[in-house]
Amino acid sequence: MLELKDYRTKVHNDWCPGCGDFGILNAIQMALFEMKLEPHDVAIFSGIGCSGKTPHFVNTYGFHTLHGRSLPIATGAKLANTALTVIAVGGDGDGYGIGAGHFVNTGRRNLDFTYVVHDNQVYGLTKGQAAPTLPKGEKTKSMSAPAIVQAINPIATAITAGYTFVARSYALDVRHLKEILKAAVLHKGSALVDVLQTCPTYNDINTKEWYAGTELPSKAPRLYKLEETGYDGVVKNSDDMNEVNQKKLQAMAKSFEWDEKIPIGLFYRNQQPTFEEMIASRIPVFKEVPLTKQDLYHRDVSPIFESLT
Amino acid sequence: MNLRPLSHSVLRSLAPTSVRLGGRSFKPDSWGVANNQEVWNLPEENNVTWVIGGPQGGGINSVAETFAKACARGGLNIFANIEYHSNIKGEHSFYRVRASDKEIRSHVDWIDLLIALDKETLFGDIHKEFPTHEGHRNEVSPGGGIIYDAALKLKAEDIGRPDVNLYPMPYMEVLVGALKEQGHEKELSKYQVMANTVTFGASIALLDYDFNIVADSIKQGFTGRKAALGDLNVNAARHGYEYIKKNFADGFPYKLNPIKPTQKRMVMRGVQAVGAAKFKAGCALQTYYPITPATDESEFLEHYEKDYNIVVVQAEDEISAILMAAGAAHAGVRASTSTSGPGFSLMSEGMGWASHTEAPGPVIILWQRAGPSTGLPTRTEQGDLQFVLHAAHGEFPRIAIAPGDAAEAFYDTFDSFNYAEKFQMPVVVILDKFLASSYQTLPILESLDLKVDRGQIATEADLATNPAYKRYEFTATGISSRALPGTRGGIFRTTGDEHDEFGHITENSENRVKMMQKRMRKVQLAAEMIPDTKKANFFGPVQADVTLVGWGSTKGAILDGMQDLEADGIRCNFLQVRYMNPFPSELVTKYLASARKKILIENNYSGQLGSIIREKTGITMDSKILKYNGRQFSQNEIYEGIEESTKNGVKEAVMAHA
Repeated sequence: MLELKDYRTKVHNDWCPGCGDFGILNAIQMALFEMKLEPHDVAIFSGIGCSGKTPHFVNTYGFHTLHGRSLPIATGAKLANTALTVIAVGGDGDGYGIGAGHFVNTGRRNLDFTYVVHDNQVYGLTKGQAAPTLPKGEKTKSMSAPAIVQAINPIATAITAGYTFVARSYALDVRHLKEILKAAVLHKGSALVDVLQTCPTYNDINTKEWYAGTELPSKAPRLYKLEETGYDGVVKNSDDMNEVNQKKLQAMAKSFEWDEKIPIGLFYRNQQPTFEEMIASRIPVFKEVPLTKQDLYHRDVSPIFESLT
Repeated sequence: MNLRPLSHSVLRSLAPTSVRLGGRSFKPDSWGVANNQEVWNLPEENNVTWVIGGPQGGGINSVAETFAKACARGGLNIFANIEYHSNIKGEHSFYRVRASDKEIRSHVDWIDLLIALDKETLFGDIHKEFPTHEGHRNEVSPGGGIIYDAALKLKAEDIGRPDVNLYPMPYMEVLVGALKEQGHEKELSKYQVMANTVTFGASIALLDYDFNIVADSIKQGFTGRKAALGDLNVNAARHGYEYIKKNFADGFPYKLNPIKPTQKRMVMRGVQAVGAAKFKAGCALQTYYPITPATDESEFLEHYEKDYNIVVVQAEDEISAILMAAGAAHAGVRASTSTSGPGFSLMSEGMGWASHTEAPGPVIILWQRAGPSTGLPTRTEQGDLQFVLHAAHGEFPRIAIAPGDAAEAFYDTFDSFNYAEKFQMPVVVILDKFLASSYQTLPILESLDLKVDRGQIATEADLATNPAYKRYEFTATGISSRALPGTRGGIFRTTGDEHDEFGHITENSENRVKMMQKRMRKVQLAAEMIPDTKKANFFGPVQADVTLVGWGSTKGAILDGMQDLEADGIRCNFLQVRYMNPFPSELVTKYLASARKKILIENNYSGQLGSIIREKTGITMDSKILKYNGRQFSQNEIYEGIEESTKNGVKEAVMAHA
């Protein structure tokens, strides 16, 4: 019988006290546990940064890769062994900055995997520079001047790129995040979970109190849950392009809400053939048996040689 | 072979003897002696260099490849190489097919029979504001021939080669005649590219080659739904053939005759050899980003995806390409990626990660082209050797192999997958544009004895008895058993950070030293386990006047050039280095320590292998023959270069044939 502790490791965790990463780590472990996934059937891939250390703290196969490059490595591993549950984790700089090309193109393919992005608007491990998600004009405490470039909108970018499950959650709401993660892992296709997260060391703007709205006149929390407002981002008929486009536009409109009201939850979901299924449409055996289980080592190349005579 | 090289300048200085049109007034005594001293290669049966030139998109490839195949089917050996521009339509390209009943592994710089599809093939683009070449009319050997379009209305004086047989033929008129015969004369615009086939047929008539073999080869290129097109082309070729037979006297001195082949042979180029090796080795995933001249290999693999269940993925860039392959290798399949210099530059960080994490791969096929930057994207060069050995920051193990021809490319690529998994490191196979695209006749390669060796894999059963499995366990050999993700009991972490035996990050200083030694020890192990016979080839007598040293695709020209030198009484041998890492220092020392005169031959500016030999063995080359104009050495350039070095004492001869 698997227990929650079976998804944890005893590796020393060196994240700052109070880091939002802990909430994300816990949610990943709880989601895997509740889904009863065998640890050895799961592989977690990360990039570089504070979040990059995540695989060392989860008891699954773990790949701590290069800065911005977790998605290609995860893609290769998934294609090699389609039976693996593949989760990639990374920071906002890792995924939306240096790895932006891979972020977009992996979504285009609709690889069956889940991408969890730690979105705290700063580069933590290099000591507080602006991340691609820091809004223009904002200045965190280690910056000498406010940001002069636009922030990326991860939700809208993911939808246009082709992610078929696009959601946002909050690192300090572990229960919500865990449920979103479970839905993302269950989703067949590319799932982005953008996780708003505090960085108590470097981000002195988007703090726990800021998210709680304590300084707002209303004192109302900034975050609200889409599912509690009757919002429905799920495409019912994937063949109906009107519905698909309408759901995409609706999700993108929501994704630009910021400041006093910030939506979290499932923005958009559309069941589409995965990259693996598209490959199988050309190479049928790919669907039935993972490449790792196929005997590819006794091939006869004499027909090729014959064709060259 | 009565062969004497003739340099470009000598060719131009040939004194015109008499005007000959269409083979009339052909006088054998008017060629043979040139420039008072150089003796020209006397025409002999079954030894011809045939060139077709024309605008890109004009169909020179299909004709040349069909010709090469037809020669091979008639038992002849061929060597065929193409020069083309980084352009889709219009720029000048030419395809050279050398056919012989002797073994040939290279090209020569003269042309015995030139097919000019357009005027530029003859005269170049010298009329342009920024001319780039002067055409091929001056490269035709005395007594050779030129087929050109009568519609160009050129006078013999315009061509300026009275020592050459001229065969003007009205291309479109002959083509229309052929189309009319099959009721397609109204579709000339659709079929006008078939002018190439008409000229091809004409060349077959001059060479007196068996038209039936040619017809079969043409048809082979048009199967299934395209079969009718095959018939049209055969008919077009026949009309060209008959035009020559009817309008010109039979006097062309270069002839090709089918001979009885001793064994079944293939016409193969490098990309096919590498592709076949990947199938044989069990490669499951090939990733690539489109780049000349590497893409052909990925397309070849994709063509067979259903037959061999290989997944070919076009990645968003080369960074992704190498890392997908590395991820797949870690996950338990054989994976590879193919690229050229610009892509390999992008791959370097990924290669470092793959090696540092001891990924069992990937195999990286590097089809070099002339760099730096975009360089000459469709031309050849051996400029990336030092880069391969040093790519990416830090020190990490890698294997680098440089095959010298298509057969070696097949076997070395096969081995590279075994070594990648056995030694758990990336393997780079270094090739180039010349090898990628040059066709050569080869016996069917022996592949039945090739055995896949997947190295040490920790199975579920192994892991059941090993509760504290260490993916990076310190061992005497440096190799640790690898578990494949998905295996119960095999959970491990891998990281590009320095790590402990479990794969967890640590900055412990003692661990760092042990891990560096563990990883680097694997190269030493590879050096011990890979047989010397694979690491370098040595040709010729042990004692010689001249020892040639080279690597990669210059092999063919060097071997063929050596024959010319031997005919002149110069005893020479040739050391071809094949393993660049682990480098066979002892072997190289053994061959070079007592060599009288060591001449380095490389298709680059600085003589990179020479630097490596000096670094690893302390041995310095006596002189160099280099070429870096984006074209491969020809057989005659090897001869010319060695003559420069031995007779004229030139320390660094730079060859420049285009």
